[in-house]
Amino acid sequence: MAGHIVSIKLYALIFITLLVMTGVTTAVGYVDLGRWNIIIALAIAIFKASLVILFFMHMKYAGKLPRLVFASTLLWLAILITLTMSDVLTRSWDHPPQGWQSLSTSGQR
Amino acid sequence: MSSLTVDEAPQAASHVHYLNVKFGVKSWLFTTDHKRIALLYLASITFFFFVGGAAAVLMRLHLLTPGGLLVEPATYNKLFTVHGILMVFFFLIPAIPAVLGNFLVPMMIGARDLAFPKLNLLSWYVYILGGLFTLYAVVAGGVDTGWTFYTPYSSTYSNSHVIAAALGIFITGFSSILTGLNFIVTIHKMRAPGLTWFRLPLFIWAIYATSIIFILGTPVLAITIVLVALERLFHIGVFDPALGGDPILFQHMFWFYSHPAVYIMILPGMGVESELITCFSRKKIFGYKFVAMSSLGIALLGFLVWGHHMFVSGQSMYAGMVFSILSYLVAVPSAVKVFNWTATLYKGSISYDAPMLYALGFIGLFTMGGVTGMFLASLGVNVHVHDTYFVIAHFHYIMVGGMVMAYLGGIHFWWPKISGRMYPQGWARFAALVIFVGFNLTFFPQYILGFLGMPRRYAVYPAEFQVLNVMSSAGASILGVGYLIPLIYFIWSMRYGPVASANPWNAKGLEWQTPSPPPTENFEEIPVVTEEAYDYPVREAQVA
Ligand SMILES: [Cu+2]
Repeated sequence: MAGHIVSIKLYALIFITLLVMTGVTTAVGYVDLGRWNIIIALAIAIFKASLVILFFMHMKYAGKLPRLVFASTLLWLAILITLTMSDVLTRSWDHPPQGWQSLSTSGQR
Repeated sequence: MSSLTVDEAPQAASHVHYLNVKFGVKSWLFTTDHKRIALLYLASITFFFFVGGAAAVLMRLHLLTPGGLLVEPATYNKLFTVHGILMVFFFLIPAIPAVLGNFLVPMMIGARDLAFPKLNLLSWYVYILGGLFTLYAVVAGGVDTGWTFYTPYSSTYSNSHVIAAALGIFITGFSSILTGLNFIVTIHKMRAPGLTWFRLPLFIWAIYATSIIFILGTPVLAITIVLVALERLFHIGVFDPALGGDPILFQHMFWFYSHPAVYIMILPGMGVESELITCFSRKKIFGYKFVAMSSLGIALLGFLVWGHHMFVSGQSMYAGMVFSILSYLVAVPSAVKVFNWTATLYKGSISYDAPMLYALGFIGLFTMGGVTGMFLASLGVNVHVHDTYFVIAHFHYIMVGGMVMAYLGGIHFWWPKISGRMYPQGWARFAALVIFVGFNLTFFPQYILGFLGMPRRYAVYPAEFQVLNVMSSAGASILGVGYLIPLIYFIWSMRYGPVASANPWNAKGLEWQTPSPPPTENFEEIPVVTEEAYDYPVREAQVA
């Protein structure tokens, strides 16, 4: 657990993978794939973050308490995203007073 | 060093302790002793408190007349920005954790230092570095965005020193994170034998809950500041609609940290409050577990309510309703604490020493601030008083009436332990009264002003508001004097105060079982804990 040693070879491999994935992200950015652009970019970002967390931050070898601490950060991220989206996703539900124009519809005209 | 026991402690000046073990500037700037670092923080936050306070005094002077007395409107904007930034980020947030927390966490849990002493010193340097950036921004011409840095003003339109000030806050945030990390590890790993979680002093529970917020909230503020800087410098569209961004997103991210930051400020104050109330009622706290758990409850719920700052921002009505309901919920754990402190007083043997006067002031003022917070959490009322002086009065009742009262109460309580000296009790009680009166005269009229519709952050106001504004300004001058009195007698007491015994208040808690001031390693021998917290003897009146 605490004294786990990871070989330099593995670190180097992960580092190179991260660099390659950065290149892929940049390359995909130049191709227009519609809404797939954002999905691919996020998927690569999550993959890279997982590598960093599991190996560079030793979460793969960590004990229960560090894992719990890490899990709580994911929960907090979920809170941030969920409650923010509760605003963004429901803005179009608002009914503007008669004669007023809804913000969300005026944008799409 | 010579062997010392608690019994021979009253001749404090004669023993070797953390203050006289080494002398010279170097021994302070390179210390890793948590008690000395606490004093470094004490000096720095006191400095920022009085600079931020000076800005407030200038504002109150300016508002003596409807047209404004002293400064240009643009300068007024910079005054309230500087006041807000310095008070929030450089005084209120670090005050209790970094000063009292640093000093007391190891002492209260029977440890010799924090888990990472060097990291602790680093966090002070990081704090000072952030402070220097912010002071630079002030000296170079100021910032006028308000402490909230709302976009698009902060990202596009303001011509003031936004980047330097924001960078200062960004840097100082890391000091909070390091301190929080240090506390969490220390509390988990370094408790004395027998000191189980539910025997911990409630101050420790409060600091623990605060540390969780430090670690989980502060990074979001850091990210938000970086995004504003990127947009301002390189026009990367995050918050600017013209570049594909969303200005409301800034407010979401900012308040995701900054509402919990309110609890960073008040939770440690509540911890101090629990210590003071039990000691000066000579009674076990009422409902220990409820008070302890309500700290964690506040830390969690505090993260679910930030949208109550955004009811009129353009946030959707439905999100507004969700945030309104969640905001009501957070009143529950706060009320648990207030009721339990009050129940602790019941049939207690109450003495009115200076720390207790601050503690009693806290209960009343915090309750008023909390209840007006409920007004603000309800959508309809909020729209009426949004961005008025009602909001200013509300959060000053929490921050100044609550947190600063608790902080001063704590400093008065532990000063004999920190300095080894007593301060003049009469002056201390007098100062507590002056502060209480000055505070209420300053901020109560602001509730009325806000209710009548006076908006915040304006350098001028209609003539019919003058009487209440003059009252508020008069109160501010009394409050200012009230804060200077303790500064004077604390400095006086360091040289001339009577020598304090190890436990001048007859309080429970490990920190009182070691000489005043404590030796560098805190305890001659690590204590073994065999009793619950606040195990004061039960008197007859309580049984009946
Ligand atoms: Cu709030």
